[in-house]
Amino acid sequence: MSEVAGQQHPIGIYLKVWLLLFVLSTFSYLVDFFQVQGYLRWTLILIFMFLKAGFILAIFMHVSWERLSLKYVLFVPLIAIAVLIMLMSIEGDYTYATRGIFFGR
Amino acid sequence: MTLQTDKSTDYTQPGVAGMVSDWSSDRQAFDMPWGKLMMWIFLLSDTFIFSVFLTGYMNVRLSATDSWPLTSEVFALEIAGTHMPLVLIAIMTFILITSSGTMAMAVNYAYRGDKRKTFLLMAATAALGASFVGMQAFEWTKLIVEEGVRPWSNPMGAAQFGSTFFMITGFHGLHVTAGVIYLSIVARKVGRGDYDRKGYVIVEIAGLYWHFVDLVWVFIFAFFYLW
Repeated sequence: MSEVAGQQHPIGIYLKVWLLLFVLSTFSYLVDFFQVQGYLRWTLILIFMFLKAGFILAIFMHVSWERLSLKYVLFVPLIAIAVLIMLMSIEGDYTYATRGIFFGR
Repeated sequence: MTLQTDKSTDYTQPGVAGMVSDWSSDRQAFDMPWGKLMMWIFLLSDTFIFSVFLTGYMNVRLSATDSWPLTSEVFALEIAGTHMPLVLIAIMTFILITSSGTMAMAVNYAYRGDKRKTFLLMAATAALGASFVGMQAFEWTKLIVEEGVRPWSNPMGAAQFGSTFFMITGFHGLHVTAGVIYLSIVARKVGRGDYDRKGYVIVEIAGLYWHFVDLVWVFIFAFFYLW
């Protein structure tokens, strides 16, 4: 086991990603600042969110340099969360509809 | 710990074939110190906790019949006479990203054996984290005292806003607070030279936790504040 030599990369890549995260955060803030609404708003928010999350995971947390064994351990379980999100969005819409019927709002 | 003699199973093979060889026979499946693997497993479980919180938030927001409060306005501040929507949250986001940057560099310097720089960068990370918690305390105070937001009701709209807000940001703030304490302890030990013989994996492990806290904030910022 290599206990001594860990993740070693040039410092420049961290500075570049840092700058990129700043720019992406500014963009997502500007989405709100300019009051972009509707589907465009949600799309932009999601794009910037996933880009930021991806860069933090891939570079700062070194996932892109880890072995496939670890990547699968980290990402396969997330399918369960995707299923939960799907089920709960159906459930939420259903609850909203029944509240509309029974409370008349 | 290195029992295998066959060089083809030396964590060098890439892709699926490499994964199969990592998992085969009586050998360690993950090419990393156990502490780092345990941190990853913990972070995976933490991912589930925050995902469930955010999914619960989505569910109550979808099913709320009252209109959801406009977060852009709820979290607006008057700075020097100008009305700035969501400005405190934006500053908090930038602070957390900056702290993630300093942490990533601390990990880098730790593996280079530069104890002084590692200590300073980790201390800076902890200080930025502490200022994040401070701003969150300010935000909570403003919301509770001035706006009258409670977990069960608020004057702006759907009652579920308060409960999800306090639950999600509170749990995240707790993580940041724990991270500040964790980083301070590790930074002090790095400065003292406690890891000279053991190696500096601990800095990377602490870094993983800190980046995760930043990662969670990315999702909270998008779904709770911007959506």
